[in-house]
Amino acid sequence: MARATPTADPAELSSLGVKGDFPILARRFDGRELIYLDSGATSQKPAVVIDALAEHLRSHNANVHRGVYALAQEADAAYDGARRRVAAFVGSSPRTTVFTKNVTEAINLVAYAWGRGSVAGRPNVGPGDAILITQLEHHANIVPWQMLCHERGATLRYLEVDERGELSLEQLDAELARGDVRLVACSHVSNVLGTITPVAEMTDRIRAAGAVSLIDGAQAVPHMPVDVDAIGADFYAWTGHKALGPTGVGVLHGRAEMMEAMEPFMTGGDMISSVDFQSAEWNELPYKFEAGTPPIAEAVGLGAAVDYLSGLGMERVRAHERALTAYMLDRLAEIPGLRVVGPPEAERRGGLASFTVEGIHPHDVAELADRGGVCIRAGHHCAQPLMRCLGVGATARASVGVYNEPSDIDALVDALLAGRKVFGL
Amino acid sequence: MDDLYRDYILDHYKRPHNFGELDPHDLEALEHNPLCGDELGVHIRVADGRIEDLKFHGHGCAISQASASIASEELIGMELGEVGELDADWMIELLGIPVSATRRKCALLNLKVVRGAVTGDNAWPA
Repeated sequence: MARATPTADPAELSSLGVKGDFPILARRFDGRELIYLDSGATSQKPAVVIDALAEHLRSHNANVHRGVYALAQEADAAYDGARRRVAAFVGSSPRTTVFTKNVTEAINLVAYAWGRGSVAGRPNVGPGDAILITQLEHHANIVPWQMLCHERGATLRYLEVDERGELSLEQLDAELARGDVRLVACSHVSNVLGTITPVAEMTDRIRAAGAVSLIDGAQAVPHMPVDVDAIGADFYAWTGHKALGPTGVGVLHGRAEMMEAMEPFMTGGDMISSVDFQSAEWNELPYKFEAGTPPIAEAVGLGAAVDYLSGLGMERVRAHERALTAYMLDRLAEIPGLRVVGPPEAERRGGLASFTVEGIHPHDVAELADRGGVCIRAGHHCAQPLMRCLGVGATARASVGVYNEPSDIDALVDALLAGRKVFGL
Repeated sequence: MDDLYRDYILDHYKRPHNFGELDPHDLEALEHNPLCGDELGVHIRVADGRIEDLKFHGHGCAISQASASIASEELIGMELGEVGELDADWMIELLGIPVSATRRKCALLNLKVVRGAVTGDNAWPA
């Protein structure tokens, strides 16, 4: 259901008026309202998600794909129904939508099942080959490729981030032209800089160069319309808990031909069609990649989360977060000594801002924000190579979600101004 | 007055004692706080089985910098054997502020570094 069409008025867009849908936001800490600006780490959950999870466990719980009784059929319908809704939410197909534990597992699945695989005797990655990633990746999209390259005698190369926090398609072209790149992995939205990367333009070029593409959509899917089919990546990964869903369920979408050609990642129950004493045959997609009992209730919860987001309308969610981010960038600029990293325009970024405050370490910035009831993150955000490029050890990061309102940003700014006084600045 | 960011903590943070390089030195170690990427190193000069002089270097939050600064005053002159016996309670008591579970490693990083340099055991102080 579409509630309203986006309007051009930023003030109107900057609040969706849904805070009341999120029970945790009614909590008080020492009498203060909870101001949650850490959705980049994990999102809060609307009552409909909590209820769907509880209702599944209360009334429909059974293992999936095993039972013949009516209750087991309900569990099957709930789990496979969740997969259909999750796939449809991002323009993908249920057959090529695999539930994992999180994005990290989804990327590892590709790094193992594709990265250690071969086609017609030719290893997908071998000596003399290269994997290309970018300087703005999360450790989850760095370390699996480091391991693969070390093991296979391949080289890991990085696309650079410029001073505005952007990647260059020209550099991508130059890297691909070297002819040795087998896979390119890139975030859709940077968890530190907020940069929205040109994924559709990139995947075209990567395909044309005969390489495989993997996009980490952890910070994109919860915040903007994402059409996996239109982006055209070979693999697209995201996670439930950042998208208003429960922890413990991630999603990997893949191109059917790729997934069919790949061996399984983990092996065990449910992913086989038959097992003999010495060998086994793999189940069809997507079950081939879901060994053991999957996160059933969590997937059901994620199904409710994507229904909730669809109800809000992802165009409207994006317009809201863009307006709120623009407001945040304006207000943060009022604080002396505060420097925001990443693209200067809200248009070019997801709903987050990482920053440093002169004279106050980011950990202390986060501690001082908490004095005002404001939850923000501090640290290296699992992106230490990027921090080295930025020349900082750590930053503080405020990130928004559908429930945030301009008053939350005001509370952050007030807390930071008060914090400067504590430090005698 | 702020419970955590007391005046003396902020004084030590802004003007830490015994920070810099010490050349030549007899012992050294460098550690990272994996939580935040902060870095703290130490140079130690030894004479007659005691820490004759000591300097920290690196970067970190107010709690980690103030802890190192305050600890340095106690560590200089201490017998090496004694350093290996220092535990987390010693540091937290010396710091004199309520340290939450999440900031504990900030406060203990300097002791981890110094114990590592002196004893070779760089476990987190318990």
